[in-house]
Amino acid sequence: MAELNLVEAVNRALAWEMEHDPAVVLLGEDIGVNGGVFRATVGLQQRFGAARVIDTALAETAIAGTAVGMAAMGLKPVAEIQFSGFIYPTLDHIINHASRLRHRTRGRLACPLVLRSPCGAGIHAPEHHSESPEALFAHVPGLRVVMPSSPGRAYGLLLAAIRDPDPVIFLEPTRLYRLFKQEVADDGAALPLDVCFTLRAGNDLTLVSWGAMLQETQAAAEVLAAEGIGAEVVDLATLKPLDMATILDSVARTGRCVIVHEAARSGGLGAEIAANLAERGIYSLQAPVQRVTGYDVVVPLARLEYQYLPSVERIVAAARQTLEVT
Amino acid sequence: MAVVARFEVEYTRFLDAEGKATQPLPPFALDPAALIPLYRAMTQARLFDAKAIALQRTGKIGTFASALGQEAIGIGVASAMRVEDVLVPSYRDHAAQLQRGVTMAESLLYWGGDERGSNFAVPRMDFPIAVPIATQVCHAAGCAYAFKLRNEPRVAVCILGDGGTSKGDFYEALNLAAVWQAPLVVVVNNNQWAISVPRSQQSAAPTLAQKAIAAGIEGCQADGNDIVAVRHLAQQAIAKARAGGGPSLIEAISYRLGDHTTADDATRYRDPAEVEPQWAFEPIRRLRNHLLRLNAWSAEQEEALVRECSEAVNAAVEAYLATPPPTAADMFDQLYAALPAALREQRAAALHFAPHDGGDHG
Repeated sequence: MAELNLVEAVNRALAWEMEHDPAVVLLGEDIGVNGGVFRATVGLQQRFGAARVIDTALAETAIAGTAVGMAAMGLKPVAEIQFSGFIYPTLDHIINHASRLRHRTRGRLACPLVLRSPCGAGIHAPEHHSESPEALFAHVPGLRVVMPSSPGRAYGLLLAAIRDPDPVIFLEPTRLYRLFKQEVADDGAALPLDVCFTLRAGNDLTLVSWGAMLQETQAAAEVLAAEGIGAEVVDLATLKPLDMATILDSVARTGRCVIVHEAARSGGLGAEIAANLAERGIYSLQAPVQRVTGYDVVVPLARLEYQYLPSVERIVAAARQTLEVT
Repeated sequence: MAVVARFEVEYTRFLDAEGKATQPLPPFALDPAALIPLYRAMTQARLFDAKAIALQRTGKIGTFASALGQEAIGIGVASAMRVEDVLVPSYRDHAAQLQRGVTMAESLLYWGGDERGSNFAVPRMDFPIAVPIATQVCHAAGCAYAFKLRNEPRVAVCILGDGGTSKGDFYEALNLAAVWQAPLVVVVNNNQWAISVPRSQQSAAPTLAQKAIAAGIEGCQADGNDIVAVRHLAQQAIAKARAGGGPSLIEAISYRLGDHTTADDATRYRDPAEVEPQWAFEPIRRLRNHLLRLNAWSAEQEEALVRECSEAVNAAVEAYLATPPPTAADMFDQLYAALPAALREQRAAALHFAPHDGGDHG
C-alpha cells in the first residue's frame, strides 16, 4: 500500500496498465518529457519510451482523431486533453466516430480509447480551465463517462476505463489532484464501471454527487449527522450509463434526495437523475427532489469561483428543505 | 535576403484524353492485358453507380453520392494496396471499396439505410465511409501510427475531396503523421466541386498538393482521370510508406460529372456548359481508347464486359432487396460490447413497439 494523492493514483494506474498491456499508448500535449502539466504522466516516457508515451503536436482534433484510428487498429490509446476547456475540438471525433464505430460496423471494428481530461473549478485556474463538461458527453450514446472522487477510485476506475472495450471519457477533478492522500494498493485491481458507490449509509435522505463535489457533499452529511440526521451519500462514479438502480434503492429507503453537481444546472445530469426519480421513484419520494448545482452562468474566474461552486451551506440548506416536508 | 527553402509540385500524366501515351509507361502498364482488370473494375464501378442512382430515384435506397467520372482514383489507388493495408474512405469512395472487396450488395445495404452494410465480409479492417468531412484523415494517421508502433509492414490509405483540404482535420492529421513518419498515403480527389463551391473558392493555393509541403510531406499531382498515373503514384507512395519513408499526399485532379449526391441539383449552381466538355477527359473512355489503340480491346469484349458487369450489379440488387430488415434490437446490440443495464428497458420497449411484420416502416 502506498499513500497516494489522486494525480499519483492516475499515474500508477497508467503505469500498471502500460506495464501489463503492450497495446496501451498515451498521447497528448506535454505528457512525455514534461510529464503532463499536472504531472499525471510523470516518468512514464522515460519508462516506456517516446513511441508509447507520445508528446503530440498542439492539436486536440488530431489527438482525438488519431486515437480513433489507433483504437480501431487494436491499440488502447489513452489520450490526455490538457484542460477541460480545450476538449471541445475533440467532440467531432468522439461523438461522430469513437462513440459509434462499433455500432456502425456491427462490431467489426471497435474504439477502446480513453480520453482523460482534468475538469472542474476551485484551483484559481485561468479562463477555460474550470469547466465541467460531463453532461455533454453523458448525452452521447455509445460513450462511457467516468469521474473519480478519490485516489482509490481514480486508480481502480481508470484501470477499468482502459480495459473497457468501448470509449470512455475520464474526467479528473483538478481540485482533488493534490487535496488529500489515501492508501491505495497498486495491484492492478480495477473497480467496476456502470455502478455507483455508496460512501456513507443513512436512512433520512440521499445525497447524490460525483467528483470533487463529494467533498462538500460529505461535509454536509457530517453537519447533518451532528443534528442526528442520517444522510446516505452516493458517488455516481460512472455518469454514463447511469446506475439508477442504486439511487432508486437508496431513495426507496430515505424518501428524500438532493443531487449535487458543480456543472451548470439546466440540462445537467442532476436533471436526468431527477427525471428518473420522477418516473420510477415517485411513490418513494416524500419531498420534492432538490438540485444544488453550479448556476447557469459562465464558470467565473478565481475571485468568484467559490460563490459559483455549491457550498456545504447550500447543500445543508437543500437537505433541510427536503426534510421539512412531512 | 536568402532563400531558405524551395518547393516543387510535380504533375504526372501518362495517357492523354485520347488514350495516347505522353511518356513511357510505368512497368505495370506496359502489357495492355494487365490494364484490362483495371478497365473492368472501373466499368463495374460506373455501372454500379448508375444503378444506385436509379435505385434512389425509385425509392429503393436513400441518398447516394455518385463517383461518376472519378473511377480512376478509387480503382487506381485501391489496386495499388495490399490486402493487409487499410482503406479509410470518404462517402464518395465506393469504387475504391469495391476494389478492396466490399461487395456491391453491402454498399447498397448501407446506402439503403442499414448499417450492417458496413460490416464488410472481406476488408475486415477497412474503415466504413466517413461522412463528416476530412475526419478520416485523422483516423488514417492513427491507423498508420499503430502499424509503425507494431513494426507491421502495412499502410493506411485515406481519400478525401478538395473541400476536405480546407478542414483543420486535414492539416492536423498531415502534420502529426509527418512528425511520426507514419505509413500514411493521403489521396485528394480534387473533383473541382464541394457541393456548390468551386475549387477556386475553396482555396487560393495554386495546387492542393502543396498543402502537404507545409507539413513536411511530399505532395504531388496526378491527372486523376488517367488511371495509369493514379496507380503509378499510389504505388510509389505506398511502397515508400511501407519501407518506412513516411507519408505522402497525392492530389488527383478529376471532375465531378454528376451531382454532389442524389439529393443535390447541380444545375442550381453549375453551368451545364461547363460539364459537357469534361466528358472528353473521363477515365474509362481514356483507358478504352488506349486499349483500342494497342488492339488490346474489341467491341465484342466491350459488349461482353458490360453484360457481365450489369449482371453482377443486378445480382447485387437482388441480394440487397432480399436482405431482411434488421430488428429493433439491432439499434442496441452493437452500441457497446455488452448491453449496459441502463439500456435493457429501452431495448425491451423498442422490441415491444416494433411492427409485427418486422418491416422497416417509414
